[in-house]
Amino acid sequence: MSWLLALPIALPFLTATLAFLLRHRPAGRWISVWGSAALLIASAVLMAAVLDAGVVAGHMGGWPAPFGITLVADLLSAVMVVITAIIALAVSVYALADVDEAMEAQGYHALFQVLIAGVTGAFLTGDLFNLYVWFEVMLISSFGLLILGGRAEQIDGGVKYVALNLVSTILFLTGIGLLYGMTGTLNMADLATAVDDADQGLLTVVATAFMIAFGVKAALFPLFFWLPASYHTPAFSVSAVFAGLLTKVGVYALIRMFTLIFDHDIAFTHTILLWVAGLTMVTGVLGAAAQTDFRKILSFHIVSQIGYMILGLALLTPLALVGAVFYLVHHIVVKANLFLIAGVASRIAGGTELARIGGLYKTAPLLAILFLVPAFSLAGFPPLSGFWAKFILVKAALEVEGWIIAGVALLVGLLTIYSMTKIWAQAFWEPHPEGVDPRLSSLTPYDRLAMLLPIGALAVITVVIGLFPEPFAAFAEDAAAQLLDPSAYIEAVAVANGAVDIEGAAE
Amino acid sequence: MNSVILRAGTRYLAGLLLLVSLFMLLRGHNEPGGGFIGGLIGATGFVLYAVACGTRDARAALRVAPETIAIAGLLIALGAGLAAALFGDDLFTGQWLFIGETEDDKGLPLSTVLVFDIGVYVAVFGSVLSLVFTMEEEV
Repeated sequence: MSWLLALPIALPFLTATLAFLLRHRPAGRWISVWGSAALLIASAVLMAAVLDAGVVAGHMGGWPAPFGITLVADLLSAVMVVITAIIALAVSVYALADVDEAMEAQGYHALFQVLIAGVTGAFLTGDLFNLYVWFEVMLISSFGLLILGGRAEQIDGGVKYVALNLVSTILFLTGIGLLYGMTGTLNMADLATAVDDADQGLLTVVATAFMIAFGVKAALFPLFFWLPASYHTPAFSVSAVFAGLLTKVGVYALIRMFTLIFDHDIAFTHTILLWVAGLTMVTGVLGAAAQTDFRKILSFHIVSQIGYMILGLALLTPLALVGAVFYLVHHIVVKANLFLIAGVASRIAGGTELARIGGLYKTAPLLAILFLVPAFSLAGFPPLSGFWAKFILVKAALEVEGWIIAGVALLVGLLTIYSMTKIWAQAFWEPHPEGVDPRLSSLTPYDRLAMLLPIGALAVITVVIGLFPEPFAAFAEDAAAQLLDPSAYIEAVAVANGAVDIEGAAE
Repeated sequence: MNSVILRAGTRYLAGLLLLVSLFMLLRGHNEPGGGFIGGLIGATGFVLYAVACGTRDARAALRVAPETIAIAGLLIALGAGLAAALFGDDLFTGQWLFIGETEDDKGLPLSTVLVFDIGVYVAVFGSVLSLVFTMEEEV
């Protein structure tokens, strides 16, 4: 069983090394594509095993928990790994057209694959210190990707990105240290029971430290400003994978920690989360309204959408968690796709500044349709995936009589449409200010295929989730049930341990 | 830096540092030392060479780009971990071979742990050199 869990982490590393050794040849980029395809297969196999067994756990190097590194996949982890693999494949195909040879020679594909390894590692690990290691792997590789190309604005964005993320990392490490001092373990399944005997007041302090640390990673209010400062600078394929996956690792970590370990003082921690969720939604969407750049608008929308997922976690009812899981999956697909589309629009219309592009609807109607699908889904139009995600969350908020937060969620949805129509009107509807007719046929057939194929595939996923939400909602329900009752998670780690008694080891 | 004394001394010191680094790598098996510190000491040899004779000569002496060396080290380390699959164990489980094992003597132990450490050595060696060379060239 442990190899099922290890492969989604080991495969991208292997792909990274091979792609780097062949970085000066065209073979390097194809290794990245095939490696991502292999990752998708490995994650599908893992998903099948998790659907079959509930929770799958394994130990690396044959060291049992809580001493060794445990990898655990429950439904939430498994679906995040699958969606990561889908985005990795889509973006590595897109990169065939988007990334030039100079960036490849500097090791773009290797950094990209290491980033993917970091993301899957963070989703699969069952050990808190190991989670820190994966965050570091992600931080280092994403910084490399961010400044690849070396333009001044990239360095500017990169420094802000790293500075704030390092603060978060230090807080994370401090929290880990305190938690280890209090309980003597960092294995998550072990911690889930060990924290019951700890000093509850101190535990709340530690919980807050983790909340701030992951809040920076997830770009929550008021710690989100590194995101819009940096996401509009790198190559489009880089910003797509950042937008899709990076902040969501922070959200995942928050969901994991605040359902499995820090559920002792819900009235305190989850009330903070609720406020943060509401403010994140509002500030993000208002920030987007003030922007005039395609990618900057989208960046601020990441922030506002993160608020919805945290809303699901903050309410902590079964239905709210269903909404959070559903939202996570839907959002990753939609957001990555929008950045990919921004890349095509920039390539054929000559920029991302909305005042300087236009006319895409008239001469590139296919791109316009492909934009409408994720844009409307993001705003929550029925019958697209975003509608169901928002519907579940608002319903969950109404169920617990959270009238205000439900109203905020609906209002933010409305404002999202406002900025989507701004992009639509200026980039697609109005004529191009320089009288150019942007056409998809200005791309070479090879580039056109490499860019539009992933965009189309992701749009199809959005539509399929929208038209047939039932199996996805049922899946999210099972995942939420596992989150609310972590006994299966703890049990799976204990079973994988075999002879070692996890209860005894915790004392 | 253009100093005859340093250049003459470097010829001996660089080789000596590389030897010490290999000693450190193997010593780390049971005592303080290991791949990381070994890689650092080994890199020092070439850093010294770069200071004395310039990075262009140092790169020529190294023959392979330091970035490629670093990644090759990662590949070796990963290979050591993946080798456990051949024996049906978990990822990164150490595999041991005892050469000349008798009843009261374990013989010469060889293991994938050593291969992993060699991978770390090569990775650290390559990445430190690529860092130092780049910074030397920019100054």
